[in-house]
Amino acid sequence: MVQLTLPKNSTISEGKTWNRPDREGDWKEFRIYRWNPDDERNPRVDTYHIDRKQCGPMVLDALIKIKNEIDPTLTFRRSCREGICGSCAMNIDGTNTLACLKGIEDVKGPVKVYPLPHMEVVKDLVPDLTNFYAQHRSIEPWLKTDTPTPPKEWKQSRDDREKLDGLYECILCACCSSSCPSYWWNSDRYLGPAILLQAYRWVIDSRDEATGERLDNLEDPFRLYRCHTIMNCAKACPKGLSPAKAIAELKKLMVERRV
Amino acid sequence: MTTMRTPLKKVRYLGSAKEGADHFWKQRVTAVANLFLGIFLVWLIVSLLGADYATAKQKLAHPLIAIPLLGLVLSGAVHMRIGMQVIIEDYVHGEGLKVVALMLNTFFAIAIALACVFSILKLSFGA
Repeated sequence: MVQLTLPKNSTISEGKTWNRPDREGDWKEFRIYRWNPDDERNPRVDTYHIDRKQCGPMVLDALIKIKNEIDPTLTFRRSCREGICGSCAMNIDGTNTLACLKGIEDVKGPVKVYPLPHMEVVKDLVPDLTNFYAQHRSIEPWLKTDTPTPPKEWKQSRDDREKLDGLYECILCACCSSSCPSYWWNSDRYLGPAILLQAYRWVIDSRDEATGERLDNLEDPFRLYRCHTIMNCAKACPKGLSPAKAIAELKKLMVERRV
Repeated sequence: MTTMRTPLKKVRYLGSAKEGADHFWKQRVTAVANLFLGIFLVWLIVSLLGADYATAKQKLAHPLIAIPLLGLVLSGAVHMRIGMQVIIEDYVHGEGLKVVALMLNTFFAIAIALACVFSILKLSFGA
């Protein structure tokens, strides 16, 4: 059965308070999930205090400041710091988002930072995305054609190109998939919103010649039909995309090719 | 993690079942049918409020009453069965338990449908 409570070795305890406000300033409390696979301890929540006058505006700025100045052991992924790489996806103030796009001032009270939910944790805020990436690989996210490659490029009308808008922007940060209860319960077999959005991106690409084969591979009670239109994905997406709509379109195509 | 299988092998698993669209479509068709037949049922119940057994029996003897009622039973039972099937597949993960639950679900839906059909026919044809 689905496990609704945390296993014993995952229950979270109160951790360490690393620093306290020691002078006048605009102080903000950060409560951050910590787990180290090497110390055989349960996860804990550590507390840090940051003077916002000495820190950039985004949660990622604060995390970098903590790592640089307070606790170098704090582990998280980050790269572009401008919402295009998807590395710093995490659960902030109860919602999955990118730390680089989430303003500290948007959070009332202490800023609670956890790794993406329902993913295996590698360390601290770093989730294990192995399964997620393998699922992406499984939908073969590249142009598939049988017609010999033209000497210049595969042509596409403006109208057909527009169909990719709202899909191509996906940065595979996994915020949507890890916010989806269906994905929580069945991530071993359900592809999840991010991967299905990517799949739809290739299904409706006018240049791709493997549309039917792609739909065949998706038509499965678990791979596609675990989606119950819960819509958490559309709410979570930090890029403002709607994986739920892409999935609905896939389901429509599945019906269209048989009626 | 210790199975030594690659992540892609795990994701591809047994491959696509190449079905699901039929299930999806049936759920919607029965939902639409249930909507209209459900309204019919509400109307029927309201029109029989305070009526005695003989009046109810006489009403159900009419084919335009009995047939939609049978339709609602069949459509409702199918809708109930496939809806519950989805919930079982969502939450019951052990293969053995899942197969048993899916079987019981089918038996339950069929039993409910047969009992309702029997009752309606008994009233319609008299006993």
